[in-house]
Amino acid sequence: MFVDIAFVVVLTIIGYRIIAAVPPLLHTPLMSGMNALSGVTVIGALLILGLAPRSVEPWAALAVIMGMTNVVGGFLVTERMLRMFRIRQRPAREQGGERT
Amino acid sequence: MSYQIAIASLITVGFLVGIRLLQSPRTAVWGNRLGALSMVLAIIFALYERGLLSEQRIWLYMVAGAGVGAVLALRVRMVNMPQMVGMFNGLGGGASALVAATAAQTGELSGWFFWWTAVFALALGTVTFSGSAVAALKLQGMITGRAIVVRGHGTLVAVLMIAGAAAMAGAAVAPDQLFYPVMPATVLAFVLVGIYMTIRIGGADMPIVISFLNSLSGVAAAVCGLAVNDMLLAGVGALVGVAGLILTQLMCVGINRSLFSVLGGPDPRGKTMAATAQPQAASWIEAAADSSEVELAPEARALLESGPAAGEMVEAADVAVEEPEPKEVTDLVREASSVIIVPGYGMAVAQAQHAVRELVDLLEGKGKEVKIAVHPVAGRMPGHMNVLLAEAGLDYDKFVDMDDINPEFANTDLVIIVGACDVVNPAARTAEQTPIQGMPVLHVEEARSVIVLNLDDRPGYSGVPNPLYGYGHCTLVLGNAADTLPGLIEILKS
Repeated sequence: MFVDIAFVVVLTIIGYRIIAAVPPLLHTPLMSGMNALSGVTVIGALLILGLAPRSVEPWAALAVIMGMTNVVGGFLVTERMLRMFRIRQRPAREQGGERT
Repeated sequence: MSYQIAIASLITVGFLVGIRLLQSPRTAVWGNRLGALSMVLAIIFALYERGLLSEQRIWLYMVAGAGVGAVLALRVRMVNMPQMVGMFNGLGGGASALVAATAAQTGELSGWFFWWTAVFALALGTVTFSGSAVAALKLQGMITGRAIVVRGHGTLVAVLMIAGAAAMAGAAVAPDQLFYPVMPATVLAFVLVGIYMTIRIGGADMPIVISFLNSLSGVAAAVCGLAVNDMLLAGVGALVGVAGLILTQLMCVGINRSLFSVLGGPDPRGKTMAATAQPQAASWIEAAADSSEVELAPEARALLESGPAAGEMVEAADVAVEEPEPKEVTDLVREASSVIIVPGYGMAVAQAQHAVRELVDLLEGKGKEVKIAVHPVAGRMPGHMNVLLAEAGLDYDKFVDMDDINPEFANTDLVIIVGACDVVNPAARTAEQTPIQGMPVLHVEEARSVIVLNLDDRPGYSGVPNPLYGYGHCTLVLGNAADTLPGLIEILKS
């Protein structure tokens, strides 16, 4: 319990420093990436599945499914978004200029 | 125990490095992939630790969830991204609530710390779930995007929260008798809190509630991790919570309101503003013209000073509205050598980002300098404009943040506004007693000329009329940007 709380405090401080430095340009990917991380609760659901009686299994299974949807969907959406951020190669831009 | 701490710390470092890589657009893709890899390791470690690696049914559940997530994420169109992120977020919150609700059944967890964290995780996860669902439905347009306020809304939310808190306290103090019996009441109360909290937030306040719900899902996971004594879950949840809070704070600064005030619904001053719009607009135009704070470009000031008296300026705006000579507009564009484009939510609605890209290419092809000014709260989620324009294929080095671009407007020939109102409203700097008073805005009026491609000349979400439309150096081209922008491009090409 104390280890957990200490861990939370340390990560809050380190996390604040790293996250605050993400530029506004990338705020949407940051948000959706962190959204994917919030599905980490799936590991809590796995713990329940391993320990709890069969009677609660449907609920824990639902939690696993929801958490996995969050994790996989979140990371893939972020991947799609980030792939769009690019700087075109020089030649490509000049071509674009000639076309017009 | 100590090897578990070591492994959890190692995986956490993976997450932190991943976020660190998100600081630059060049490395961001790898940051996200490292985050995903760390998540895979975290899940495999959790399976291993609990001896579940060979349980086929558990793999089945995981594959099912992963499949649903993958299909949704790969199919969604970029324009629907905000609601998709909102929905995923709600699922994470719901999963945390379920974990908190079933944790007591393991028989291994007890003690006051467990009970209290469990009820908190249940409450936070439930609010995240229902709040995100409402936010996603609003963004999807299945519920009106405007704020919905019922009578006694504030009181209702307060009563629900007190009732929920009472149920939580009862469950935590006497868990053996009450934890499961009062759970339906707790869940119901917080489902309603989530619904009523989110439903009265609308329009331009959406980025704030989206980031806030994102933060809540992280806090729910963190508290859940404390309840089930899993440091990795607690730590990663805390990271998400912090990220959401940072974004929420930035968005609040972007509209100059506190989170508390945003959660309290739309600014009541907005309504009275809209009602008394016309006469006030006139006085604001006057105030804007007289204000020493506003440093207008010399030409702009000359235009203002030679223009009609402030009282007549509103009418002048009406005249400009009726028939903006297309030739005049295109001349402005042709003669400008430096152009700043300001996109707003209207661009997202009209799906005009591809037309904006075409315009940028066209202007650059003619040797003009083009930049894109992005206001922090333009759109419906943090960084919304950047994503849409990146989707259209614009290079990210053209996007300039508000603080960096504001000093440049005075040296700019032309500003083209595409579907933005409140974020370029000069009244924010001059008019008092308005919802947008003190809100940081883009100082577009300082440019030599301004073209506004908006749907109409009505006030934006704040309800505050925009005196910019009446300025002499501002030309309005009203209509759907998806039509007006390509029209402009066609004329420019010929």
